[in-house]
Amino acid sequence: MDTSFFNGTLSPREFSLASSAFADKWRRFNPTFPSWTWVPCKKLPWAPSDEVEGYLKLENVCLPGSSKVDSEGGSCVGKEETSCSDNEDLIDNATLVQSSHHEVHYYDFHIVYNASYRVPVLYFRAYCSDGQPLLLDEIEKDLPACSAKLLLESKWTFISQEEHPYLNRPWYKVHPCGTSEWMKLLALGDAVQAKNGVSIEQYLVSWLSVVGQVVGLKIPLEMLNDS
Amino acid sequence: MAAMEAVKYVWEGAIPLQIHLHQSEVTTLPPPPPALILAPRIGYLPLLLPHIKPYFSSTLPPGVDTIWFDYKGLPLKWYIPTGVLFDLLCPDPQRPWNLTVHFRGYPGNVLIPCEGEDSVKWSFINSLKEAAYIINGNCKNVMNMSQSDQVELWNSVMNAGNLEAYLRVSSKLKLGIVEDEYSVNFSSCSTKSRQGAGETDMAGQVKTGRIPIRLYVWSVSQDFDDVEDLPEVESWDKVSYINQPLEIIIEEGRYFTLYDAVRTLLPEYFANRPLINEELPREEGADEQNSPSEDASRNRTLEDGEVDTSGNLQTCCTSSNAEIKLLRIQGIEPKLEIPFSWVVNNLMNPERFLHICVCLKVPKVNNT
Repeated sequence: MDTSFFNGTLSPREFSLASSAFADKWRRFNPTFPSWTWVPCKKLPWAPSDEVEGYLKLENVCLPGSSKVDSEGGSCVGKEETSCSDNEDLIDNATLVQSSHHEVHYYDFHIVYNASYRVPVLYFRAYCSDGQPLLLDEIEKDLPACSAKLLLESKWTFISQEEHPYLNRPWYKVHPCGTSEWMKLLALGDAVQAKNGVSIEQYLVSWLSVVGQVVGLKIPLEMLNDS
Repeated sequence: MAAMEAVKYVWEGAIPLQIHLHQSEVTTLPPPPPALILAPRIGYLPLLLPHIKPYFSSTLPPGVDTIWFDYKGLPLKWYIPTGVLFDLLCPDPQRPWNLTVHFRGYPGNVLIPCEGEDSVKWSFINSLKEAAYIINGNCKNVMNMSQSDQVELWNSVMNAGNLEAYLRVSSKLKLGIVEDEYSVNFSSCSTKSRQGAGETDMAGQVKTGRIPIRLYVWSVSQDFDDVEDLPEVESWDKVSYINQPLEIIIEEGRYFTLYDAVRTLLPEYFANRPLINEELPREEGADEQNSPSEDASRNRTLEDGEVDTSGNLQTCCTSSNAEIKLLRIQGIEPKLEIPFSWVVNNLMNPERFLHICVCLKVPKVNNT
C-alpha cells in the first residue's frame, strides 16, 4: 500500500481493487449519473487465463460544459451542473433546436491500466446522438478552456488518438507520462491530512479528480472527502 | 566488435517493396507500373511518401492526399515499424513485398490518423519516452532533450543511414544496457570504454531491470511443418498486441534466455514448464532432426543478406499448452536458448523497444 503510493504507481491487481472501490463509490455519490462498470477482457482471447484483466467504462455521458456552451451560445455563466438528468436533456434539446441547432455531444470514457507507466489512462470517444463520431476540433470546443489551449499547443503529448488496447480501434487518449509524479504529490498531501495515509481504494478518486478536469468530467466533493 | 556488427546489420536492414497504386485511384491508361523501393526495417511506411508521391502523382484523381497502405486488403498500422509489419504479415518472406498504396479514402475507423511526418515523429518520441520510463522510472532525459538533439535523433532515424549520430544522441538518454555476464559494451576504444563503463554502472544503479517489449501474437489451430503453410493474418483482431515491460530475474550461475522471456510474457502457456536447462537436450535433439530445414533456413538467410544466426523453426511445447511455431525478431528466428541480454542489446528498434512476433499453435479446445 504505502510502497505503491510512495511512487504514485499501481500494480495490475491494485488497479483492479481500486476500480472496484471507485465504481462502488461513484454509484453511491453520483446516483443520477451513469455508472462506471467493469469490463473483463483478455489480451489473448483464446488464453486459459485465471487472472481478471479489464477496464472501467462510463457511457453516454453528456458533459455539463458541452450543454452549457451549446445552449448559452458559448457562455459558461450560471449555476454548476454535476449531472444530466432526463428533464435537463429535454430542456437542452428544446433550447438547442430553437437557438443554435447544435447537436448534443455524448462521450464514452474508459479507464485502462497502462503496464508501461503502471498507472491508469483515460481513453474517450465522442459522438452525436445519431452515433456519428466527432472530429478533434469539434471535441476541442467541448473541452474546458485551459485544456483546449493546451491541446492547441502540444496535442502530440497531451491528447491524441491512439489505438484502444482492448478494442483495437482509434480512441482519444490523455497521455499518462506525468501521472505517477503528480499522483505521488497528491498522495503526500492526502497522507499529511489523514492519519492512516492513503488507501489504494482512494487512488482512482484522486486520479480522476485531476484527469477528469482535462475533459470536464467532475467528481462530487463528498467523494473526495470520503476516505 | 561482433556486437557492433550485429547492431549495424539491424540498422541497415531493408525490405524490398513493390508498391502498387490502388485501382480506384488510377485515372490513366495503362495503369502506372509499381514503384520499387528499398524500405528501412526500422523506419515507418508514411516516411516513404517523398519517394512514392512523385511516382504516382500524375495519375491521381483530384483531392487531398492522405497516404495509407494495405497488404492483401489489410490496412497497415503506420506506427508499427516496417520490419515488424513484414515479419508479422509475411511469415513466408515475400520478396519483393507487394503492397498497395492509397492517397484517398483513409480508413479512420480502423487506423489512427497520420498527418504526415509529424505524426510519425511524435509517435516515435512518445514511444521513446515510454521506453525511458520503463527503464529508468521517469522520462526526464527524453523530455529534457535539446531541440538540436531531438532533430538530430529524428533525422538519424528518418534517414536510417546515420547509426553513429543515433548512438551519439541516444547515449545522452542514459537508457542502460541489459546487464549480465554476456552484456557487450558499445564503446570500442579503451578510454571511451572506461568512461562508458562508468556511465553503465551509474545507469545500472538506477534502473529497475525492466525491458521495453512489444509482443505481437497470433495463433493457429492446425499444425504445419513449414512457414509456407502458415495461414496469413486476415484481420488485426486476430493479432494480440501486448505492450508489456519485462522484469528480468537473473538467477546466479545462469543467464536469462529468450525462452525465459517469452515464458514470462505469456505465463498462461508456460506456467508448468520446467527450467530451460532441462529442456536443452530435447532442443538439441529437435535440431538434429531438423537438420535439412535448418540448412535450408541458413542458406536462405545468407542469400537474403540477413544476419546468419542459424535460425530455424523452433518447436517448443507441452501436452496441453500452446506451442511456439514461429518467433521472429528483426527478420531472424533466434534460437530460444540465446541470452536475452544479447537479443535486447542488438535487436531493439531505435525507440528502444524490442518487437517480437510470435505465432502460437493453440489446442482446438480453447477455440470453442
